[in-house]
Amino acid sequence: MTTDRSIIVDSLGVGIATGLYGVSFGAISTASGLSVLQTCLISLLVFTGASQFAFVGIIASGGNPLTGALTAVLLGSRNLFYGVSMAPKLDLDPARRLASAHFVIDESTAMGVTRTTTRQARLGFYWTGISIFVLWNLTTFLGALAGNAIGDPRTYGLDAAVGAAFLGLLWPRLATPTGRLVALVGAAVALGLVPVTSAGLPIILGGGTAVLLGMLWRPKATT
Amino acid sequence: MTAVWGGIAVMVVGCFALKYAGLSVPESVLHHPMTVRAVELLPAGLLGALIAVQVFADGTTVQVDARLLALGVAAVLLMLRVPFLPMVFAAALVAALVRQL
Repeated sequence: MTTDRSIIVDSLGVGIATGLYGVSFGAISTASGLSVLQTCLISLLVFTGASQFAFVGIIASGGNPLTGALTAVLLGSRNLFYGVSMAPKLDLDPARRLASAHFVIDESTAMGVTRTTTRQARLGFYWTGISIFVLWNLTTFLGALAGNAIGDPRTYGLDAAVGAAFLGLLWPRLATPTGRLVALVGAAVALGLVPVTSAGLPIILGGGTAVLLGMLWRPKATT
Repeated sequence: MTAVWGGIAVMVVGCFALKYAGLSVPESVLHHPMTVRAVELLPAGLLGALIAVQVFADGTTVQVDARLLALGVAAVLLMLRVPFLPMVFAAALVAALVRQL
């Protein structure tokens, strides 16, 4: 029997650990040339980490902001399916749906979707989502100030930190053979396109090709 | 600079619309197995591509430098289950130190 108290404690644990990443987003964003205001607004209004990192990463590499936005939205498409799984668990009226949608992210879904009652699903979802939201925005602001003070991002290896951040986000998806294949194809196609297309496009084209191949390829071992 | 604001606006609207639509549409609309699989695979494909570009690209040229070493360090730390933030910090530190040499 899971108690309400243990759900809240676990959710806060996840919230604190995740919310702190905001500092790396903030620093990378301002070091990539975005203003402190832009950086904070992105965390406040987009609030889905992988998409935010993708956007500033593409801006940093000289890509078109619209290409960056498109990549960010594509990465955010998983939140659509998180919403679909959470909707029956949370059982919300239309007004609450509008107010809750912003908190539909990886962690809040993970902490809410496994619960057996509406009450406990809501506890896990809101305590995780809101604690991350508060910390993520606070640490984004602090990171943004730090990134601004640094000047050239290369001096402190901040450009290398972006690759590491993406790898950290990708890591859980490398557990399956299909995940590894898709990531590898995405990387290879993107790299091949770097010399011939404008910045940002290799990412969308590489990711798209990898998904197509991944949908055609089915490992024989699985049933 | 205006273009960046435009990009931010598109991203804000797009990302929120996806979250809100998920909570609102009936489950059957998104139940097609191909849709589900494509969305499952998309983050791996895009993140793989993002890593490759971030680590090897310099404008339109491909080059190997301190960033690759940093990525290697990040991979080792992830294998050792080091949490996200110290892992990212260590990768940045390695790149910064290598550039001082």
